[in-house]
Amino acid sequence: MAGVAASGRRQRAWVPYAMIAPGVLYLVVFFAIPIYTLFKTSLSVNSGSRFVPTLEFSWQWSNYTEAFSSYQEQIARSFWYALIATLIMIVMAYPLAYVIAFRAGRLRNIMLGLVVLPFFVTFLVRTIAWKTILADDGWVVEMLGTIGLLPPEDRLLSTPWAVIGGLVYNFLPFMVLPIYVSLEKIDPRLLEASRDLYSTPARTFGKVILPMSLPGVLAGSLLTFIPASGDFINAEYLGSTRTRMIGNVIQDEFLRVKDYPVAAALSFVLMAIIIVVVIGYTRVLGTEDLV
Amino acid sequence: MDPTLTDVVPDGRDVVTGADPKPPTIGIDHVTKAFKDFVAVDDAHFSIAQGEFFSMLGPSGCGKTTTLRMIAGFETPTTGSIRLDGKDVSRTPPHKRNVNTVFQHYALFPHMTVWDNVAFGPRSKKWAKAEIARKVDDVIGVVRMEEFAGRKPAQLSGGQQQRVALARALVNEPTALLLDEPLGALDLKLRQVMQFELKRIQREIGITFVYVTHDQEEALTMSDRIAVMNEGRVEQIGTPTEIYDSPVTVFVAGFIGQANLWPADVGSLNAGEAIATVMGSQVTAACRSTEVGVGAAVMMVRPERLSLSVQRPEGVSVVEGTVTDLTFQGPVVRVSLAGAGDVPVVAHLGPDAELPALRPGDRVWASWAPDAACVLPPAEIPVADDTSVEET
Repeated sequence: MAGVAASGRRQRAWVPYAMIAPGVLYLVVFFAIPIYTLFKTSLSVNSGSRFVPTLEFSWQWSNYTEAFSSYQEQIARSFWYALIATLIMIVMAYPLAYVIAFRAGRLRNIMLGLVVLPFFVTFLVRTIAWKTILADDGWVVEMLGTIGLLPPEDRLLSTPWAVIGGLVYNFLPFMVLPIYVSLEKIDPRLLEASRDLYSTPARTFGKVILPMSLPGVLAGSLLTFIPASGDFINAEYLGSTRTRMIGNVIQDEFLRVKDYPVAAALSFVLMAIIIVVVIGYTRVLGTEDLV
Repeated sequence: MDPTLTDVVPDGRDVVTGADPKPPTIGIDHVTKAFKDFVAVDDAHFSIAQGEFFSMLGPSGCGKTTTLRMIAGFETPTTGSIRLDGKDVSRTPPHKRNVNTVFQHYALFPHMTVWDNVAFGPRSKKWAKAEIARKVDDVIGVVRMEEFAGRKPAQLSGGQQQRVALARALVNEPTALLLDEPLGALDLKLRQVMQFELKRIQREIGITFVYVTHDQEEALTMSDRIAVMNEGRVEQIGTPTEIYDSPVTVFVAGFIGQANLWPADVGSLNAGEAIATVMGSQVTAACRSTEVGVGAAVMMVRPERLSLSVQRPEGVSVVEGTVTDLTFQGPVVRVSLAGAGDVPVVAHLGPDAELPALRPGDRVWASWAPDAACVLPPAEIPVADDTSVEET
């Protein structure tokens, strides 16, 4: 009897491993191995020509110092743009998510649908559409000029604001949805309790709603800040040479300059900074305490 | 205004609005609340006195919670008005009313400690810091949660959360405390402990409690007065004894405790006493309802008020029946009879009852004192369901 039970347990023991196997295999083949290769590349020298590179692994740490010192400006700009875009997104997404969660009633699902609607058009096409919208002879520039918000001869396209605007537009749903989820989870009885305990609507927001929705703001910020800081499409199509972000540099190094070691080193620099920023951010907001 | 039972406080003093210089703590003045086509509360009219433990009792959907929410300010009456200390607050938002609610599932703020939860109200009211600290510590002591002041609600048991919810409401020193099925989520044992605790705390601080429950036993145990509600209407208001001994409708009689409800034919009515025919026997019964006239009615006798005997007793109200079932229930023996026309008769016999060895099929006489029976207005008699005595 005991033997049967034990073998039954043993038979079942491998089931969880079998269940995670496809995922693990996928990650090993398409994430771990490429990362390892990329890391080796970042410490190699190119002993061949520019057109037919021959990479030799040689613990070439100078690739990192070179990557960092040559592209400091783009690195700083990337995080600066991503930060501004993230802040703008929080300001735009929070009220929107709030209305959808608490005020939309039967329109809730329609509004959520509208938030994700842009995803039905590819990222690239959306960004190119913005290029048309912000064009020098487009109606936006013309209108802003007419009402005097944009001085004549000034343009929107190729400015930092065009790039940041594109980032905001493209990543906004990733901010709205997590905030919406965290707001929607708040038990309406807590809001009643707050009102019952003499809180004005403003105090209820500050003391109950906002603190309880911070995990959503945190999640949304991570989901937008990380891809925004590595993005190159927006800077490519909406920016100029003076708005190049680190993503553009990496793309150039890989595809045009073909300096694979420096491109790889830059990728790791970007990754390292993002990890540090994310850890710092989570520490500061400290959401473990929020149930 | 009709002088109904609603305007009598426990000591029997009449407090019809205006007759007393001091207005009642809570006045529900002909309040109706409709949600679209659904009338949740239908012309509720009663008042609650200072320091009273007042329960609103009824099945789910009877309008008791809606009434409570109107007192709290979460709902606005469709017609009629709510008065707190004589002042009409029907349209005052909750945060400007000096009443506090203990919510059904506590609704504690999960991101705050016990202490901060309790301090929430005083901080909203912007009391002085030292005052807040003193009052919060005090009330946490009253509910005996000192050890847990630094914990988050998720780290507490249901009973502890209940105490915190109570403290969070009490600390504000409200005019009245509103409790919405506060013990509903607790298991039976804990519920009994908390019933005792609530009663103790209410006595200690002496504020008005308005208590919503569907548990008739809880209402009987704790309340000074009970309002029994059904389908939006207040069926009866009175002390637990009044409600139990002298229900005025079939619904109240059937909802509170167990009751024999028999079709009766009233022959004459005189000074609160009726002579009626029940199962072919002529009997006398008390009658408090103004809605009973000569003709069809319902008579109620509590099972424990019935005595059984093999010989027909003299000079009392009596019906004859055949024993169908005997069940030992611990404190009592439950004897089921079939009266004339197969009307069910249930008697609960205590340990001291002189009970001949009865067996199913025996013919016996069931008798009762005249004051044990009361005559109620005609209504459909609910089918007796022995097993469903107030669960949950």
